[in-house]
Amino acid sequence: MKKQKLVVVGNGMAGMRAVEELLKLAPDLYDITVFGAEPHPNYNRILLSPVLAGEMTINDIILNPLGWYADNGIRLHVGKMVTKIDRTARKVVASDGTEEEYDRLLLATGSTPFMLPVPGNDLPGVISYRDIKDTDEMIAAAATHRHAVVIGGGLLGLEAANGLKLRGMDVTVVHLMPWLMERQLDKAAADMLKASLEARGLKFLLEKQTEALLGGESGRVAAIRFKPAPGYDPGDGLEIPADLVVMAAGIRPNTALAESARLHCNRGIVVNDTMQTYDPRIYAVGECVAHRGIAYGLVAPLFEQAKVCANHLANFGIARYTGSVTSTKLKVTGIDLFSAGNFMGGPGTDEIVLNDAAGGVYKKLVVKNDTLVGAVLYGDTADGGWYFQLVKDGQNIRELRDQLLFGQNHVGDGGHAGVSKAASMPDEAEVCGCNGVCKGDIVKAIKSQGLFTLEDVRKHTKASSSCGSCTGLVEQILASTIGGAYTPTDAKEKPICACTDHSHGAVRKTIRERHLLTIADTMHYMEWNTPNGCATCRPALNYYLISTWPGEAKDDPQSRFVNERAHANIQKDGTFSVVPRMWGGLTTPAELRVIADIAEKYQVPTVKMTGGARVDLLGIKKEDLPRVWADLGAAGMVSGHAYGKSIRTVKTCVGAEHCRFGTQRSMEMGVKLEKMLFGMGAPHKVKLAVSGCPRNCAEAGIKDIGVIGVDSGYEIYVAGNGGIKTEVAQFLCKVKTDDEVKEYSAAFLQLYREEGFYLERTCHYVARVGLDHVKAAVVADPARRRALYERLLFALKDYEDPWREAVEKPEVRREYQVIEIKEVEVVS
Amino acid sequence: MTGWIRVCALDEIAPQGSRVVASSQGDIAIFRTAADQVFGLHDKCPHKGGPLSQGIVHGNAVTCPLHGMKIGLKDGEAVAPDKGCAKTFAVKLEGGDVWLRLK
Repeated sequence: MKKQKLVVVGNGMAGMRAVEELLKLAPDLYDITVFGAEPHPNYNRILLSPVLAGEMTINDIILNPLGWYADNGIRLHVGKMVTKIDRTARKVVASDGTEEEYDRLLLATGSTPFMLPVPGNDLPGVISYRDIKDTDEMIAAAATHRHAVVIGGGLLGLEAANGLKLRGMDVTVVHLMPWLMERQLDKAAADMLKASLEARGLKFLLEKQTEALLGGESGRVAAIRFKPAPGYDPGDGLEIPADLVVMAAGIRPNTALAESARLHCNRGIVVNDTMQTYDPRIYAVGECVAHRGIAYGLVAPLFEQAKVCANHLANFGIARYTGSVTSTKLKVTGIDLFSAGNFMGGPGTDEIVLNDAAGGVYKKLVVKNDTLVGAVLYGDTADGGWYFQLVKDGQNIRELRDQLLFGQNHVGDGGHAGVSKAASMPDEAEVCGCNGVCKGDIVKAIKSQGLFTLEDVRKHTKASSSCGSCTGLVEQILASTIGGAYTPTDAKEKPICACTDHSHGAVRKTIRERHLLTIADTMHYMEWNTPNGCATCRPALNYYLISTWPGEAKDDPQSRFVNERAHANIQKDGTFSVVPRMWGGLTTPAELRVIADIAEKYQVPTVKMTGGARVDLLGIKKEDLPRVWADLGAAGMVSGHAYGKSIRTVKTCVGAEHCRFGTQRSMEMGVKLEKMLFGMGAPHKVKLAVSGCPRNCAEAGIKDIGVIGVDSGYEIYVAGNGGIKTEVAQFLCKVKTDDEVKEYSAAFLQLYREEGFYLERTCHYVARVGLDHVKAAVVADPARRRALYERLLFALKDYEDPWREAVEKPEVRREYQVIEIKEVEVVS
Repeated sequence: MTGWIRVCALDEIAPQGSRVVASSQGDIAIFRTAADQVFGLHDKCPHKGGPLSQGIVHGNAVTCPLHGMKIGLKDGEAVAPDKGCAKTFAVKLEGGDVWLRLK
């Protein structure tokens, strides 16, 4: 079949991002042609400021070199401006006469700088700040001229001024408004910014309106004249010298082409939520677009638009763009400034402010109805990413409110998340302890590879791709390196992996509502991008299916991580570890003798006690596993599931059985719980502990469920964690009897099993849904508790020891055997 | 070079699974994809030597169980941006049996 033709007008960041996203989804759907008015391949416009400042070169900021276009079969016309769209004949015409026909057309014409309509605005030496050409001109002017004037004290103007100053010019910033960056900052933060830039030698003229630009003898601009303000003192000069004038007074969506084709424009090319213009064959993305009345000038929203547009171009038809909350970060080295959302406040909002003028730190958070709606940070922006996430997610911050201003570290998110401040970390500081990735490696990858998302950084550097505890820090480094281009993913809607656009929540819901029973059906129904998923989504789907439909959905071992497939824990050398279950941590001389015999018989190199009070036999070859299990099984021992996303151990103290302080029989209670939960799969591992008295020797405070015996019964705590995220368990309720401990614990675990996202520990789950939600289901509603309890018992009723299965069933046992072959040389 | 050596019946490898063959050239992982294609790779990840045979098979790739490196089954190449290459072995499917040839 003949391919459809897609023509893209605009070779900038938004247009090419849409093409990249499209190639990911449907690489062979279109013949793609791209027109770019500039004579360059696609480059990272945001990084022109570091180029101007001499911190990077043009080559550093190329996003897609010419070879990329060739590799993807894209025809590229550089240096050709499209001047006409013929919608009837479905073709575009460029200034040099080049014509291309289209089936679908994507407009990504960007914006044009606003040139003040004053006399002299066309003199040589008067430029805008938009592209590589402007940047080159500024660099050239800095080498030969002295006085620079930047008109406009916004983000772009200040970055231009800083760059010109670093290149040795005498720079004055002229701004119409009473303070700098009024669209991103309140006055207090702007004043601190101004003072800091003045200390670097920049000069500012605020509330000045330009009247004219004056030419000199050479014909080049020589001075700028202002209008006299009310109350003007004739003693003040109205003119200052200017050999270079940079207009940075705003941008206007570039709609000329669209308007000439009679497409509806209103402060931008008007598009709907699928990025379609009024002509259904024509899409538009980027700065040229007006979506729901807003034209965005920051890159993050443009990328979101590009993704939605690509989804529709690929005929998937499921994505919608509903607008963006934006954040800003000034890219002036050494100045930390961040703003997001509604930072000015207003009726119905409260402000939480920290203002340390001498220390150079200012923070303002704007709160409305228990949610954070905006933030301005100056001097210390380490928590910018976190605040932005809270704004985007609209998370209820009632409980965090009194500590919100002090940042994420103060609200108990332990681990390494955000312990250091990304911007002030030295390059050699280790960020990802799992993969040994330093800050410098990450920054280098972000800059040289043009990375914008956490996912990109994970792929290219491996940072944050193992345990994930440094994720917050990596996000901060991203934010501080690329500034406003950084988009934190919406935590609730984050796709499971690159195979799908659907989140864990959406997949869980669909599996339940549509009664889906197999991985293949789920992938088909939810339109997976890949034929059979990947190592991230398949285990998640497998868990969701078997936990939602026990007895109906069949477990797929090939969609489980090796540990759960081999029922043992893989080690770095490819051998496995075997941990037989010891109920409640109890064992017998006979069991220990068998374990000792096995350790000798199979020459087990390491025997150690686990943290869960049992014996670990490390270094067993895969083909020996069934034999080891047969020996253990003969002595009555079963799998300890030390390898699974499942119930691990119930740790106990000695309790009233022996202890002089014990109030409850904790060993007995622990064994009862462990027997009830044997074989229980879960989103992640689950650990319990039972202590016989409040001295809590079983360390129940850091377990998924911690039970503490008291004289009158038991206290139940949930959602503790001793690992990645050290978290103290929260009090759930108090009960009287052993049976109640079983029922409440089971109900809590079943709720987690039904609602938790794959690889979410109970502490993360409860942080997401709130303890009140858990209490409502497990404590306040006896009928619901009973139902949850019974559903868990139903799911576990036919569970068999997986070790015994591997010993007894030849087709399972085969999986562990190495195939021997006879090699015969061929003489040729 | 050896001639074609019969390894096992296709049915003895689970779909999206693998088996390990012991050879004079080290352990070889024989993979079976969801589309019933078969591939052979040296059972050693180019990253840190993990046993690729124990990884999850998806499409025509396997994810190493140790650190998640994705390796293409056809050419043994790590999926970009990762770098590295596992040695490939000639494997074919004939009459419901899997055959292997060593270099």
